[in-house]
Amino acid sequence: MPRLVSHPDEVKIVSSRFGKGAANIDRYVELGGYASARKCIEQGPDWIINEMKAANLRGRGGAGFSAGMKWSFVPKQSAKPKYVLVNGDESEPGTCKDHLIFLHDPHAVIEGTIIAGLAIGAKTGFIYLRGEYRYLLEIMEKAVADAYAKGFLGKNIFGSENEFQVITQTGAGAYEVGEESALMESLEGKRGVPRIKPPFPAVVGLYGGPTIINNAETIATVPHVIEMGAEAYAAVGTVRNGGTRLFGISGHVERPGVYELPMGYNLKKMVYEVAGGVRGGRKLKAVVPGGSSTPVLLPEEIDIGMDFDQVGKAGSMLGSGGVVVLDDQTCIVEFALRTISFYQHESCGWCIPCREGTDWIKKSLTRFHAGFGEAKDIDNIQYLAENMLGRTFCPLGDAAAMPTLAFVKKFRKEFEDHLNGKPCPFAKHVELAVI
Amino acid sequence: MADVTFTVDGKILTAPAGTLLIDACRKAGIEIPAFCYYPGLSLQAACRMCVVRQEKVPKLQTACTTTVAEGQVFITESAEIAQARKATIQLLLGNHPLDCPVCDAGGECELQDMTFKYGAGESLYSEAKQHREEQQWSPAVFYDRPRCILCYRCIRMCGEGMDVWALGVQNRGVNSVIAPNGGDQLDCEQCGMCIDVCPVGALTSGSYRYKTRPWEMNHVSTVCTHCADGCKVTLGVRQVNGGAEIVRADNRDKSGINGDFLCAKGRFGFDFVENPERLTTPLIRNAQGKLEPATWERALRFAGEKLKEIRDSKGGTAIGVVGSNRTTNEENYLLQKFARTVLHTNNIDHERSTDYPAFALALAGHAGKTAGLGDIAAAPAILLVGGNPTEEHPLLAWTLRTSVRLNRARLYVANSKAIKLDRQARLTQELPPDGYKDLAAFLDLGEADFSKAVLAEESLVVVFGQECRGPAVADLVAWGLKRPNVRFAYLGDQANSRGAADMGLFPDLLPGYVPVTEPGGFAEYPGLPATPGKSLPAQFAAAATGELSAMLVVGANPVLGLGVSAEALKNTFVIVQDLFLTETAALADVVFTAVSLYEKSGTVTNTFGDVQMVKKAADRAGVKSDFEILVRLADAMGADIKTLVPFGKGGVLADLGQSRGAQAGEADRHSVWLAANNLEPRLSPFDPLAVLDEIERLVPGYKLDRINLLSGNPAHTELNLTPGFVPISALDGSDLAVPTHDGLFTSGTLGRYSPALNELEQHQTHEVAAPAGD
Repeated sequence: MPRLVSHPDEVKIVSSRFGKGAANIDRYVELGGYASARKCIEQGPDWIINEMKAANLRGRGGAGFSAGMKWSFVPKQSAKPKYVLVNGDESEPGTCKDHLIFLHDPHAVIEGTIIAGLAIGAKTGFIYLRGEYRYLLEIMEKAVADAYAKGFLGKNIFGSENEFQVITQTGAGAYEVGEESALMESLEGKRGVPRIKPPFPAVVGLYGGPTIINNAETIATVPHVIEMGAEAYAAVGTVRNGGTRLFGISGHVERPGVYELPMGYNLKKMVYEVAGGVRGGRKLKAVVPGGSSTPVLLPEEIDIGMDFDQVGKAGSMLGSGGVVVLDDQTCIVEFALRTISFYQHESCGWCIPCREGTDWIKKSLTRFHAGFGEAKDIDNIQYLAENMLGRTFCPLGDAAAMPTLAFVKKFRKEFEDHLNGKPCPFAKHVELAVI
Repeated sequence: MADVTFTVDGKILTAPAGTLLIDACRKAGIEIPAFCYYPGLSLQAACRMCVVRQEKVPKLQTACTTTVAEGQVFITESAEIAQARKATIQLLLGNHPLDCPVCDAGGECELQDMTFKYGAGESLYSEAKQHREEQQWSPAVFYDRPRCILCYRCIRMCGEGMDVWALGVQNRGVNSVIAPNGGDQLDCEQCGMCIDVCPVGALTSGSYRYKTRPWEMNHVSTVCTHCADGCKVTLGVRQVNGGAEIVRADNRDKSGINGDFLCAKGRFGFDFVENPERLTTPLIRNAQGKLEPATWERALRFAGEKLKEIRDSKGGTAIGVVGSNRTTNEENYLLQKFARTVLHTNNIDHERSTDYPAFALALAGHAGKTAGLGDIAAAPAILLVGGNPTEEHPLLAWTLRTSVRLNRARLYVANSKAIKLDRQARLTQELPPDGYKDLAAFLDLGEADFSKAVLAEESLVVVFGQECRGPAVADLVAWGLKRPNVRFAYLGDQANSRGAADMGLFPDLLPGYVPVTEPGGFAEYPGLPATPGKSLPAQFAAAATGELSAMLVVGANPVLGLGVSAEALKNTFVIVQDLFLTETAALADVVFTAVSLYEKSGTVTNTFGDVQMVKKAADRAGVKSDFEILVRLADAMGADIKTLVPFGKGGVLADLGQSRGAQAGEADRHSVWLAANNLEPRLSPFDPLAVLDEIERLVPGYKLDRINLLSGNPAHTELNLTPGFVPISALDGSDLAVPTHDGLFTSGTLGRYSPALNELEQHQTHEVAAPAGD
C-alpha cells in the first residue's frame, strides 16, 4: 500500500480522513460522514446547486468546469431517468489522487454521489473505476453494500422519501474512456469511443438520459463543501478557484506523493519545499504541471500559483494535478517519446489525426532518439503535432499534441543534439520515480 | 423547421434550421469533402476532412456535425482549411499501400480524388508502412486492410442500413481494423453494400476484383433481372471478342428507386449471362431425335412453317403459348399480340407467381389506389401482410427499414411467421397460417392493440404478400377502400411478373386486364379470338391428350414447374426461346437462343407497378432478343409485320438513344434529325419502343411519362379495371398462382446458372463462423 505523505502547508479537506480507517462505514460516520447527505435531503436541490456554485468547486478531472454550473444544466423535468456518473477512470500519467480516495475514503465518493443525485433529481449513480483499479473495486463494492445495509442507499435513503441506487463498474483498460462520453459508451457495454457533442451529457447522456459526470475527486469533495459551507470552502482557494486540490508530485523529487494544497499554491514552493526539492540536489530541468498531457514548464516558468487560471496564463494547464518533476539528467527526447508512446497506445483510433498522428510521431521519435534522426524530422514532428492540435474528435489528440509541441519548441537544442549520428547525450538515464 | 439564413463563402444560403451544414452546402453546389459522412447513416465526425471555419468559433468545425442557425458565417475553402485537409490526407497516406495501379478502386477512389484535390505529393515519413494481410470474409467480400481508411461506412451500412450488424472495429488506435463480428467470416446477407459504400479499395467484390480497370468499362444503368422489386443496377461492360461482357454489377448510379441499395442477386447474380452452358446457336431436333445446331434462318423457317401449317389445318386453338416473367413489357405485349392475331389463339398464360387479376378486380373503379415503391417510402404508416421481404423483396425490406429509421414511419406486420422486419415493426400481429382471409374482419373489430393502432392511422399503405390470393385479396382491398388514404401494393416474384400480368399473358385477359370477351380498344386487333383460352396447366393437359399440336414457350420452364413428362409432349411440336437448355428446352423441337434482360432494351414493371427502362448492356454473337425472334417467327409465318409492330408509322417517337445504352449510336442521331425535319424516323421493326407506343395507346393504366421514363426514372402505372368485368382469372386465379419463394441467393432458372449465387447459397448453408483470429 502506498505510504501517505504530509507537509505542514497542506490543508486537509478531501484527504482529511485518509489513513483513519474511514473505509469502515461506522468509522466514516463517526468522523462526521453522511451528515452532509442528510443535510442535503432537508435543504433540497436548489440549495445544493447554489452552494456548489458558490463554492467555486471546479472539475478536478482537468477541464476545470464549475461543478455547480454543470449540475444546473440538467433539465428539471425529463422523460428519461437521470443519472450521476462518477469518473474514476484515472489514467493520466502522473496522476494518482482518485486512487487514494477510493482506497481511504470510499464513502466520501458514495456520499458525494448521493448529494449530486439529490441535486439533479437522479435515482441512480454509477461509480466507474479504471480497469487497472480492479483491486479497488472490492473496497468500493463493500462500501456500497455497507451503505445499503445502513439504509443510506436504496428505496428510502436515510428514512426519507428519496430513492438512490449506486452501481459500481470497472473499465477494461482504456485511457480514452476517461473522456466523459466514451465512459458512457463503455458503461453501456459498447466500444469506448467518444460521442459527438452536442448533445452534452447534461441533456442526453447515459442511456439517453440527462447525466452529470464528475471526476471522483470532485464528487468526494462535495460532502466537505456541504459540511464546511460554500463560503468557507471557496475562501481556501483563489479567485474563481475554490478550495484545495490533491496534487500528485512525482518524478525527480525527494518526497514524491499526493499532497492536498490550497488552489493557487505556488508551484516552485511545491517542488522545492513540499516535495523536498530535486532529488540528490540536482538541477531542475522542467516541470510538467498537470499530468502528461499538459505542456512542460521550464524552471524559470514555475513561479506561479497552481490554479486553473494562473497555469493557463503560463501557457500550460492545471489538468489533473499530476506534477512531474524532471532533473537535469533527463533526456527530453526520450521523455517526449515516452509521453507520445502512451498516447499512441491509448488512442482509440476513431479519428484520423489522432490515430495516425500519434503513431507517426512515436515512430519518428523512436528513430530520432536512437540516433538516426535527420534535421527535417524536428520540423516534421512539430508539423504533425500542429496538425493534430484542435483537429481531433476528442481531446486525446490535443493531449498528445500539446506536450509534444512544448518539448520541441522549448527544447529544440536538445533535439538537435541528437542529430548527425550522435548518441543520446544522456546515456545513463535515471528512471522516473513512480509513487 | 423554419428556414434560417446563413453565409457560406460569401454566398447567402437558406435552409431549414438544424440542417447539417454539409448537406446545406452540397445542396447549394458547394462541395465539402468527407470520407466518413454518408447521407442517411449516423454521424461519425471521424475523418476530419469536412472541417470548415465558423465565424467566432476558435477551432475548425466539422461540417457534418454542425447544424445551421440564423446568421452564421462559414468559410469552407481557405489556405488554413486546405492545409488541414492536406495534413489529414498525408496521415492517411502514411500507412496506405499506394497500390493504386493494381487496386480495384483505382480511378474511382475517393482517396485518390481527395489527394488530387488537396495534394499530399511528398512523403513525410521514412519508417516502414504498417502492413497486414488481406482477408477473405466470404465468397463475395474481401478486405484489404492496409487500404482501409476507417471511415466506418461499411459498419454503419451493414448495421443501420441492412440491420445485419455483421461488422465492427477490432483493436484500437493505429491497429484498428474493420472485422466481422465474432469471427473471420461474414455472417450476413452478402448484400455487398459494404463494398459499394467503401470510398477506397479496402472492400472488394469477390466476383469483380482484379478483373479490369474501371476506365475500360462502359457503365450501363438498367434494371435487375432477379426479384420483382426492380432495382436499378449499373452494369460494367467490357468489349470482348464476339460482343460485350458484364464484369461488374453495382449501384454507382444511385438515382434509381433503390437509392443506395442493391442486394446480393443484383450485385453478384449477373454471371449467368457468361455461363458456359449458355446456348449460342438455335437447335432443331433431327430425325434421330437429337437436338442439333442450326442456322437462325433454317430454324425460323422450320418453326414458322410448322406453326403456320398447324394453325391453318387445326386452327389456333391447337396451339398453346407460355410467356415469361423475365421478358420485357414490349416482348410480353408482342407475344400476346402474336398469339392472338397471328396464331389466332387465346391459349396463352405464364407461370403466375401471384394473383394480380384478383388485385385488379378488387381495385376496379378505384383509380390512384396502388402504391409505387416511392409511395411506400413516403408513407407515414405501412401495414405489411404476409411475405418475408428481407428474403424475397430485399428492396422493399430496405425501403421499410429506412423509412422507419429516418422518417419514423410506423410499420405494422401481420404474418403467420416471425420475420426479420418484426424488428422494425411498431406492432406485430401473429396470424394463423390460414388466417389471412380473416384479417380484414379482425382489423374492423378493432379490439386488439394491433387493430386499434392500424385503425388510428390516417394514411396507410397496405403491402400484402402471396399468402393473400383470390377472395382474401378482395376482402383486404375492400377493407382499405372503405377508409380514406389507403393504398395498396401486392408482392409478386420475378423481374417482370407484374408486366407479364399487365401485358395480358392470360387466356381470358388482354393487356390491362381487359377481358377477351369485351376487348374495348383491342377490337382493332385483326381476328382477335373472343373466347377465353386454356390456362398453363390446361395447356399441358391438352398437349398430353393430343388436343394441342404446338406450343411456344418463351423464357419459362413449365416442364420443371408443373412436373410435365416427356411422354406428355411427345405429340406436340414445341418451340422454346431461352438462354439455357432447361428441362423444357430439352423436350423442344426447336430451341431459339434468346438474350437475357441485360442484353436487351425495353421496359419492365415491378410488383409495385413502377415501369422502368432496361438498357442493353451486354452483347454476344448467336443470340437474339425474344422481341426479334417473335417478329421473325411471325415473318416466317407470312404475317404482316407492320400490323404486328407499328414501326415506321407516323407518331412514333425516336427513343433518343436511350434504349440501346452503351450501344447508342448513329441510328438514333439520324432519327432525331429525321423527326426534327418532319420526316418519318424509321425505327426498325425490332425496336421495342415502337410497341411501347401501342402499349401506351391501348393498355389501360399505362399512360407513361415518357420523358421521365427515358431519363431513367420510374413511371407509375395503374390497375384500373373497369368495374363490372369479372375476369375468370380473378376467380380461379388463386389456384393458378405458384409463388417461387426465391430467397436471397436463389432466382429460378437464372439463379441455377449463376455460379456466384450458387456459391453464396452453399456458403450460407454450410459456413459456420470460425473463432476470431487476426
